[in-house]
Amino acid sequence: MTDTLVSFDDVLAAYDPALGLEVHVELNTASKMFCGCATEFGADPNTQVCPTCLGLPGAMPVVNGKAVESAIRIGLALNCEIAEWCRFARKNYFYPDMPKNFQTSQYDEPICFDGYMDVDVDGETFRVEIERAHMEEDTGKSLHVGGATGRIHGADYSLVDYNRAGIPLIEIVTRPILGAGEKAPAIAKAYVAQLRDLIVALGVSDARMDQGSIRADVNLSLAPKGSDKLGTRTETKNVNSLRSVERAVRYEMQRHAAILDGGGSMLQETRHWHEDTGITTSGREKSDADDYRYFPEPDLVPVAPSREWVEELRGTLPENPTQKRARLQVAWGFSDLELRDTVGAGALGLVEETIAAGAAPQAARKWWLGELARRAKEADVELVEYGVTPAQVAAVQALVDAGKLNDKLARQVFDGLVAGEGTPEEIVAARGLAIVSDDGALSAAVDNAIAANADVADKIRDGKVAAAGALIGAVMKEMRGQADAGRVRELILEKLGQA
Amino acid sequence: MSDLTRRTAAELADALAAGETTSVELTQAHLDRIAAVDGDVHAFLHIDGEGALAQAAAADARRVDGKPASSLDGVPIAVKDVLATKGLPTTVGSKILEGWVPPYDATVVTRLREAGLPILGKTNMDEFAMGSSTEHSAYGPTHNPWDLSRIPGGSGGGSAAAVAAYEAPLAIGTDTGGSIRQPGAVTGTVGVKPTYGGVSRYGLVALANSLDQAGPVTRTVLDAALLHEIIGGHDPLDSTSADQPLPALVDAAREGASGDLTGVRIGVVKELGGEGYQPGVLARFQDTVDLMVGAGAEVVEVSCPTFVHALATYYLILPAEASSNLAKFDAMRYGLRVLPENIDSPSAEDVMRATRDAGFGDEVKRRIILGTYALSSGYYDAYYGQAQKVRTLVTRDFEAAFTQADVLISPTAPTTAFKLGEKLDDPLAMYLNDLATIPANLSGVPGISVPNGLADEDGLPSGIQILAPALADDRVYRVGAAVEALHVKAWGGPLLAQAPTLEGGAR
Repeated sequence: MTDTLVSFDDVLAAYDPALGLEVHVELNTASKMFCGCATEFGADPNTQVCPTCLGLPGAMPVVNGKAVESAIRIGLALNCEIAEWCRFARKNYFYPDMPKNFQTSQYDEPICFDGYMDVDVDGETFRVEIERAHMEEDTGKSLHVGGATGRIHGADYSLVDYNRAGIPLIEIVTRPILGAGEKAPAIAKAYVAQLRDLIVALGVSDARMDQGSIRADVNLSLAPKGSDKLGTRTETKNVNSLRSVERAVRYEMQRHAAILDGGGSMLQETRHWHEDTGITTSGREKSDADDYRYFPEPDLVPVAPSREWVEELRGTLPENPTQKRARLQVAWGFSDLELRDTVGAGALGLVEETIAAGAAPQAARKWWLGELARRAKEADVELVEYGVTPAQVAAVQALVDAGKLNDKLARQVFDGLVAGEGTPEEIVAARGLAIVSDDGALSAAVDNAIAANADVADKIRDGKVAAAGALIGAVMKEMRGQADAGRVRELILEKLGQA
Repeated sequence: MSDLTRRTAAELADALAAGETTSVELTQAHLDRIAAVDGDVHAFLHIDGEGALAQAAAADARRVDGKPASSLDGVPIAVKDVLATKGLPTTVGSKILEGWVPPYDATVVTRLREAGLPILGKTNMDEFAMGSSTEHSAYGPTHNPWDLSRIPGGSGGGSAAAVAAYEAPLAIGTDTGGSIRQPGAVTGTVGVKPTYGGVSRYGLVALANSLDQAGPVTRTVLDAALLHEIIGGHDPLDSTSADQPLPALVDAAREGASGDLTGVRIGVVKELGGEGYQPGVLARFQDTVDLMVGAGAEVVEVSCPTFVHALATYYLILPAEASSNLAKFDAMRYGLRVLPENIDSPSAEDVMRATRDAGFGDEVKRRIILGTYALSSGYYDAYYGQAQKVRTLVTRDFEAAFTQADVLISPTAPTTAFKLGEKLDDPLAMYLNDLATIPANLSGVPGISVPNGLADEDGLPSGIQILAPALADDRVYRVGAAVEALHVKAWGGPLLAQAPTLEGGAR
């Protein structure tokens, strides 16, 4: 089944997109939202469970205070109001991976509401309004065995792992984002990226999109240009990388437009995002009349954070992202363009950490935006998920600065790092990558190059120093790259009477 | 006294302390009594003789060491099958949990174990505590020891009948709309619904979370106080449990036992009496009011006008909460699993549907449907939302009444025990049994039912209900013990002494 798509330009010519993002953040609390079970990722199935998170008859929830604290800090960082009094509510629906067949969530009394985030896109600031951020518990995880798709249809049987059931989530919901036009995909991506950076700075989540600790649902609708009514929306679930957020928005815009152009009407439904093919497919129909029969959770008392506590938590917030960028730009001596590129590549935090680990700002920027960005793109992953850490980059750069590596050799060290061969030092040793600084070995190689390229050598003797490059190349080839090109040049010029 | 089963828990505790008997001996005596009469009464769904005797032996060992775990160490008890018991089946009276053995103990059960009370077994109840007669148990009804053709009340008919039939000196019940107090009234026993939050609900399989409360089922007020002090108090596993110490309940019961009510202001609730109440029940109630006046009480009539809406309010809140609570019974993780017929490879949803259809009884289904409807969007404000407002008004009525009186009184139930089957096809008639008990649950205040004599027209027990302000549970013990003492004086002994001897009994 292939959807008909309209070109992006044609979409923009006829329609205004309305965008909405719901982002679920899995908190990194040591225990679950309503019980004392551990939350460690990747444990054996159903080993981090108890009567409460399994929904056994009689078991009761108790609110995790640390999760409430994280929720409030997220809310404050998003410029939200913090409720003086709010309750949990039950969201009732049946699903096998939901132990109680209701999710303990918040309904009309979210703990955080009415905030905003200023998002930078191509040097412009776009304000995304936050409707609410509320606390809830995660569900278990179903594994559908047999069948071709891994989905429940066609599966022979299904297994459920309840380790994830009850892990605290904060759901952050934007108001409809209007007027984004052609920038809708970029704004969606930038919002999620900036939100992730904020979550990292707050230290409240592992913030790993690839592990599902941040999950984005993308709501999108199109309205005819100039219309003041919103169109029918689709909700693309679980878009799990920044690049996919952008692609999913773009795809849905093009798909919606094709249907609307053909005189069709949109079905309000959820969509599945397919990372591999970059398309969405139909999920389940979702009408506004979906009835979850919300009511206040009678097993929990209201959450009433004191104003003193809220102010105390406000004091623990990390620096405002916009101010922080301005400060870093000055500290690092980046041009506007360099800073913008760094932010756009999702590398601000990486560069910052690399500098903190000892690298010079320009060197840190060069690696992340050059070599590593290229590799991440080839591997089709986000830079942050590529598999090289800021500390490793700083260690590689330290070796370069010490004259033990050149850039070309450093690239081979990155190969080793991605392959998990150890620290940069270990990789240099194991792969035999260190630069040869022994003048004896170099001198012999230079002599060989001069002998083999007599015509070039003559030109240099005649003063055409620029021709030295060819000889340097020959020497580097013989040394298999493990030579300091600067020293080679010096030796060549010396031997040919130009030093 | 030769028959250990006829003694009160306090007397048994004294006998144990004096070394006159052992826990093994008296636990065995109760197991024998169960073996003799429970075929007729059917108070128990599960009997754990082996476990009870092992706990009894441990209690005896503690006595020998001079280190009893509590005042009731070694005194056996029966537990309503709505509380999770590790290693013991817990069915909640439903087929849907047949065979389920919880991997954990309810906090109340943990406290009983820590206090050294051997658990004789699990008692019968209306399925998921929905009912006033125990006839809705999926495992057959319990019979009233006063007349085996009659109901023992409900939902905790099993616990009340076990105590009334001398199968256990103590039992645990739960009270959502009267399920401790009404069975107490119709079996001539004592039942206490503590203040909401006074006893942990952790491990109590929820019927309606905002109404449920576990409490003592006993033959005397003092026994109830002793048991209440063991099971009550704050529990960090229950967020709704009150984080403050219990009042001195045993002291209050001992104080009340003098029978003196001088200076105590008693409020007779105008709305909980009159039409719909059996004449014999009202006559005995008036007798007791007269006795209280004679004992120095100041009796006033108080009006709680919103109580007339309590039943309707209750039947919106309870089904709403229950419909959500019961969603977890879906065959995925525990309990019954029924594969649908005529479906080759059923989906999870097909299995859920078939299991819930087969596993839930009609009354449960009725309330799930009612509750689902009441919570549905478009109806929520009119039903659940409105009910919560009335609930607030009921609480205000209580607050106003408690400015005029220290305790409020009424008949516990409008009638004596009716015949098994008599109201089974008329849910509304069944619901009316809880008319007088429901307001306390809506507001969270504590209440006790104390035996109140036999109705003239049928010679069956009736009860008097004493209600106190939230957290003032000591008042229900003080006044309850006084009423009990006045009755014993008037009747020459406890009401239960007038009960007929059961066929299998060794009385």
